[in-house]
Amino acid sequence: MERNQMHRQIANTRKLMFDQGYLDEQFIQLEELQDGSNPNFVEEVVTLYYRDSARFLSNLDQALEKRPLDFSKLDNLMHQFKGSSTSIGAKKVKTECTHFRNYCNARNAEGCKRTFQNVKKEYTTLRKKLEAYFQMSRQVGPVETAYASSVVVCTIRYDTIHSLHLNIIHSNLPLRRCAARSH
Amino acid sequence: MGVISISETPLHVLAVDDSNIDRKLIERLLKTFSYHVTAVDSGIKALEFLGLQDVENFQSFSPNPEEEVNLVITDYCMPGMTGFELLRKIKESKSLKDIPVVIMSSDNIPARINRCLEEGAEEFFLKPVRLSDVDKLKPYFSKNDRKTTDEEECVSSDRSRAMDDDDGGDVDGDGDDGVEAWSDENEQIEKDQSCHHKMFKIEDVVP
Repeated sequence: MERNQMHRQIANTRKLMFDQGYLDEQFIQLEELQDGSNPNFVEEVVTLYYRDSARFLSNLDQALEKRPLDFSKLDNLMHQFKGSSTSIGAKKVKTECTHFRNYCNARNAEGCKRTFQNVKKEYTTLRKKLEAYFQMSRQVGPVETAYASSVVVCTIRYDTIHSLHLNIIHSNLPLRRCAARSH
Repeated sequence: MGVISISETPLHVLAVDDSNIDRKLIERLLKTFSYHVTAVDSGIKALEFLGLQDVENFQSFSPNPEEEVNLVITDYCMPGMTGFELLRKIKESKSLKDIPVVIMSSDNIPARINRCLEEGAEEFFLKPVRLSDVDKLKPYFSKNDRKTTDEEECVSSDRSRAMDDDDGGDVDGDGDDGVEAWSDENEQIEKDQSCHHKMFKIEDVVP
C-alpha cells in the first residue's frame, strides 16, 4: 500500500536525522509533548526556531563585519543561538556554536569567522531536512479511527524504521499514551 | 456543615524566559501537569505581574489576589535583569518572599547554582528542561491558605542534573565543560555579569 510506503519513508527520514547526528534526544522530548490537544507542537517549535535563528544569524553576520570584533557581544549572541538550538535538539548546530564560542574566548577572529560559516552550513542543512520531514508528514496527515463510542485521534510517530507507532489518545481521559510497538 | 473544601484552582506558575522557544517549551511542559501558566519575557515584566508598584525603584508590591502566583520559574541569563536578580527582588519583598522560585540555566556553573540556592531558590534546573524536572516541582508549591507551621518542607534531594559536575568536564556532551571562560571563578561569583553586562538587543530582520 502506497500509504504504508510513505509512512516507512517518513520513519526512515526521521531515523536518518538521528543516526547522522543532526538531531539528539531533545527532539524526542519535543515529540513527547505532542498529543491530541497539541498536534503540531514539534513543528510549531521548529518554526519558531527558524524565525529566531534568522535574527540571531543576521545579527552575528553584522557583528562579524565590525572592526575590531566585539568578542563579548559575539559570544553573547552565539550563547543565545546555541540555547535555541539546544532546545530543539539541533545537535550538529549546537556543536558548531560551541566551537565558535571557544574561538570567541580565545579572541581568535579568523577562527570565529571560519566557524560561523560552519554554523550557518549546519543550520541550513538541518532546516532543509526538517522542512522535508514535516512536509512529508503533513501529506500523510493524522489517522482517525473510532474507538467504542468516542472518537480517537491517532498521531503517527515515526520512531523506528521497523514499525509504525500509533499514539492513541482517548479524548475523555487525561494524557495517556498507548504505543503499539513491535521490535 | 463542617466540611473543609479543598480549593480546586489549578496551581499558577509564572514562567520567565527571554527566549521565545524556551518560553513555549516551559509553558507546554507546565501545562502537561495541568498548571495554569503565565509566561513573560523579562524579570521586570515578572515583577510587574507580581504586583510591582514602584517600577523606578523596584519597591512596593501590591499582589493581585485574583492572580495568586504559586511558583516562579525563571531563566538565569536574561538581558536587563537576570534570574538571580529577580530571585533576590522576590525574596527581599515582604509580600512575595514566600513564593518559591526555581532557576533554569543552560550553563552548569556550580558557583552560580550555589549562589542561587543560597539566595533562596528551591531548585536549579539545567536546560533544556524536561518533563522529569517539572515533575519535581510538586513539593515546592506554596498556597497561602495551606501553609501551616506543621507543614514539613519537602525538598528534593535529587540534584543529579543540577550539580552533576564532579569531574569538572563535559557533562552534557556538547563539547565544552560548561564553564564560562571569560573571567575567573571569583569574578564570576562577584558579579556574574557574563549574561548581560551589555544589553544586546536583537534587531529584527527586515524581510
